[in-house]
Amino acid sequence: MTARRWGAAMAVALAAMLVFGSGPAPAAGAHEGEQLYPVLTYRTGPYAPSGIPFLGGLQDYIRYVNEVQGGVNGVKIYTPECETAYSIERGIECYERFKRGYEGAPTAIFQPHSSGLDAALLDKARQDRVPVFGPGGGQAHAFEGRVFPYSFPLVLDYWSEASVVVQYIAQRAGGLDKLKGVKIATLYHDSGYGRDTIEPLRILSEKYGFEDIQIPVPHPGEQQQTQWQQIKQANADWVFLRGWGVMNPVAIKTAARVGFPVDHIIGDIWSGSEDDTRPAGAVAKGYLAVSVFPPGTDYKILQEIKKTIIDTGKSDLKDTSKFGTVYYNFGVIEGILAVEAFRTGQAKFGHRPLNTDEGQWALEHLDLTPARIEEIGATGLVSPIKVTWLDHVGGGSAKIQQWTGTEWKPLTGWIDGDRALFHDVLEQKALDYAKEKGITPRTSEDALIN
Amino acid sequence: MSSTTAPAVAQKTISLPRSALRPLAVLAGGAVLLLPAFADEYWLNSILIPTITMGLAGIGLNLLMGYAGLVSLGSAAFMSIGAFTAYNLLLRAAWLPLPFTLVVAGVVAGVAGLFFGLPSLRIKGFYLAASTLGAQFFFEWLFTNFAWFSNHSLTLTISAPRLEIFGIDLRPAPGRYLLVVVTTVLLYWLATNLVRSRIGRDWMAIRDMDKAAAVIGIPIASRKLLAYAISAFYAGVAGALFAFAYLGTSDAHSFDLDKSFEVLFIVLIGGSASLFGNFLGAAFIVLTPIFLTRLVELLDLSTLFDNGFLINFEHVLFGLTIVVLLIREPDGLAQLLRGIRARWAVWPLRA
Repeated sequence: MTARRWGAAMAVALAAMLVFGSGPAPAAGAHEGEQLYPVLTYRTGPYAPSGIPFLGGLQDYIRYVNEVQGGVNGVKIYTPECETAYSIERGIECYERFKRGYEGAPTAIFQPHSSGLDAALLDKARQDRVPVFGPGGGQAHAFEGRVFPYSFPLVLDYWSEASVVVQYIAQRAGGLDKLKGVKIATLYHDSGYGRDTIEPLRILSEKYGFEDIQIPVPHPGEQQQTQWQQIKQANADWVFLRGWGVMNPVAIKTAARVGFPVDHIIGDIWSGSEDDTRPAGAVAKGYLAVSVFPPGTDYKILQEIKKTIIDTGKSDLKDTSKFGTVYYNFGVIEGILAVEAFRTGQAKFGHRPLNTDEGQWALEHLDLTPARIEEIGATGLVSPIKVTWLDHVGGGSAKIQQWTGTEWKPLTGWIDGDRALFHDVLEQKALDYAKEKGITPRTSEDALIN
Repeated sequence: MSSTTAPAVAQKTISLPRSALRPLAVLAGGAVLLLPAFADEYWLNSILIPTITMGLAGIGLNLLMGYAGLVSLGSAAFMSIGAFTAYNLLLRAAWLPLPFTLVVAGVVAGVAGLFFGLPSLRIKGFYLAASTLGAQFFFEWLFTNFAWFSNHSLTLTISAPRLEIFGIDLRPAPGRYLLVVVTTVLLYWLATNLVRSRIGRDWMAIRDMDKAAAVIGIPIASRKLLAYAISAFYAGVAGALFAFAYLGTSDAHSFDLDKSFEVLFIVLIGGSASLFGNFLGAAFIVLTPIFLTRLVELLDLSTLFDNGFLINFEHVLFGLTIVVLLIREPDGLAQLLRGIRARWAVWPLRA
C-alpha cells in the first residue's frame, strides 16, 4: 500500500535526521589552520532590516582582511554563519555548535549579537571558559572583570551613554554648572534594555541638579500620544529617546504633532539609524542621536572595502545602497574589534589560530590606540579603547550625530562618558551578583595566570 | 505466568496501556543509563535536553487537548510561571530541596491554570482559545513590569542561583540532563496512569461528547478545571526545567506566544492523545531546523545562493515538511510509529 510505503519512507527520513542532523561536524576538516569566528545572524525575523546591513558590513570587512590582507598575520578567518532569527534558543544551539571549534578551526571569541542571548550566556560561558564579547549594549555591571572574566561589553554601556547625553546637553547649555533647573525627560522602551538608564540618570541628576523625568512606553510603542502630552505638560527642555524598532519613528512623528522641537530629542544608539528617521519623513530633520557606529563612506577603510569588495561584486550585501549606513558601519566596527583581538592574541601566542583561553587573554589586553586606528584607516569610525582585567568596557565614549533629512552627520567628536561616577555603584552590583552565584572574584594573580 | 494472562491475540486489542508502557521503559532504561556516558556535550545541551523538556510541556498540553478535548494557547505563560516560581524559591528559600521546588513551581502554575480554565465552563472552541490567550499576555506583562519577580535584575532576566540535589552540583551538562530525564520519567509515569484512571476516562468521555458524558453522571465542570490545572502543572515544571536546565538564563520573553504555538505544534505533529508522541513531536521541532542547516552545508549550496536566500529557503522547507506530514498522517508521528510496529509484529507477512 502507498500509505505503508510512505510510513517506511518517513521512518527512514527520521532516522537519518537523528544520525545525520545532530552532533557537531567532525573535528578534523577543511578549515584546519584557520581562525574560527562564528557569525550568529538574524537575516530573518523581526530584526532582519537591521541584521542584513550589519552582517554585510561584518562579512565584507572579514572578506577584506582575508582576501586583500591575506588574513591576520597569514591566518585566514573562517566565518560560518548560524541563523538565530534573534531567538535565544536557536542562539544557544549555535553557541553549543561552535564553542569548541568547527571543522578543525578553533574558536577564540564568541559574539552573541543579541542582548538576550548575551544575558543567557553569562553563566554558561563562564563555566565553559568561552569569552563573549558584544560592542554596545552589554550589561553595565559586566564591565567588572573580577566577577565576569569571560564577559566583554566593549565600547559603550547604557550608563556611560546616559552620561554622554547629559554632557552634550551641558555643552549646549554652556557648561555643567548651567544644568541646574534644566528638565530632561527620558522616554524609554519599557523593557530591561529601556529601564537600564533610570538609575544612572538619577545619579546624574543628583550630581548636576537637573530635573529627571522618566516616562515608559509599552512595547512596541505604536501609540505615544499620552506620553508626549506628558512631556509637553512637564515643559521638558530635552528628551532622551531610548527606543527600539517602530517606537522610534512614532516618537519623532508624535513629537512633531504635539509641537516638541525635534532638534531637542536625542536618540539612543539603537534609535539613530536611517531606518529610525526615514519612516518619520520630513519632520525628522534635525533629530539628534548618540552614535558609536558613525555612518558615512569617507573613512579610508570604507573606501578600501568599496574598491576591493563592493565594486568587485564580492559583497555580502545584495542591495549595496546600504553601504556606509549606520548598521553597515556597525558591522565593520565589530569586524575591526574582532580582528584586532586576534592580532593582540597572536602577538603573545604566535601567528596561529587561538583557542578560547588565548581569546580571553587577547580581549583582556585589547588596546586600540589612536595610532593603530589610523593605521587601520578607521579614524573617526572607531573610538579608542583600552581593556584591562579590571575594566572590560575599555571605552565609554560616543558622538552625537544629526539627521539632515537625507543622511546622518556627526555633530561632535568623541564625548567621554563619566564612568568614574558610576564605578562604585556598578562594582557593588557585580559583587552582589557574585554573592548570589557563589563566585569568588578574581585577584590580580588570577588575572596574570589567565 | 499466572493463568490470568490473556492470550497473545487478545493482548493486541488492549492497545493504549501496552503501547504507552513500552516506550516508557525504553525511555527510562535506555536514556538514563546510556546517554550521558556516550553523548557529548553538544548532544546533551542542544538536542536531548530541549527535546525532553519541550516533550514534557507537550504532555501537559496533550492531556488538555488530546484527552480532555479542551484548547489552550497559553502553554508558554504557564511555563513562565513555573520558571519564575522556581527562581524565586531557589533565591529566597534556598533551604528547600530542588525536587520540592519543582513541584511547588508546578503547583503554582496549576493554580493559575485552574483560574484561566474557568471560561471553559461557559464557552467552547475558538472563544475558549481566545480567553487562554489572555493568560499568555497577562503573565508576559506581569513578569516584565514587576521587577520583584526577577529580583530587580538590571535586564529583568532570571538565572538559577544553584542547581543541586543532596549536595551534588547539577550544573554540568550530564547533571542537568539527568535532572530533566528523571523528572520527565516520573511525570510520564504519572500521566500514563492518569489517562488510564477514572479521571482519564472521564476526560475522554467529555472530549468525545460532553452531553453524553454529563448524562452518565460525569462531573463535567470539575473534570474540565482539573484538566486545566494538571496541564498547567506539567507546563510549569517543564518551564522551570526549560529556564534552568536548558537556557540557563531566561526572561518573560523566552515564553512568548511563539513558544505557546511551538508546544501546540509538538502536540499536532507528535499526535493528539498520545503521550510518547510528544517526544517525537519535540524531536521534530528541535532537529528539523538543525538538519536543514546541515543539509544546506553538505550540499554546499552556499556557493550557488546567498546566505539570506538559503535561510529563508530553510524556513519554507520547514513549513512544507509540517504541512506534508500532517496531510499524510493527520494523527501525527505517534500513529506512524504504531503503523510500523504493527507491521513489524507480523513481518514479513501482512496483517
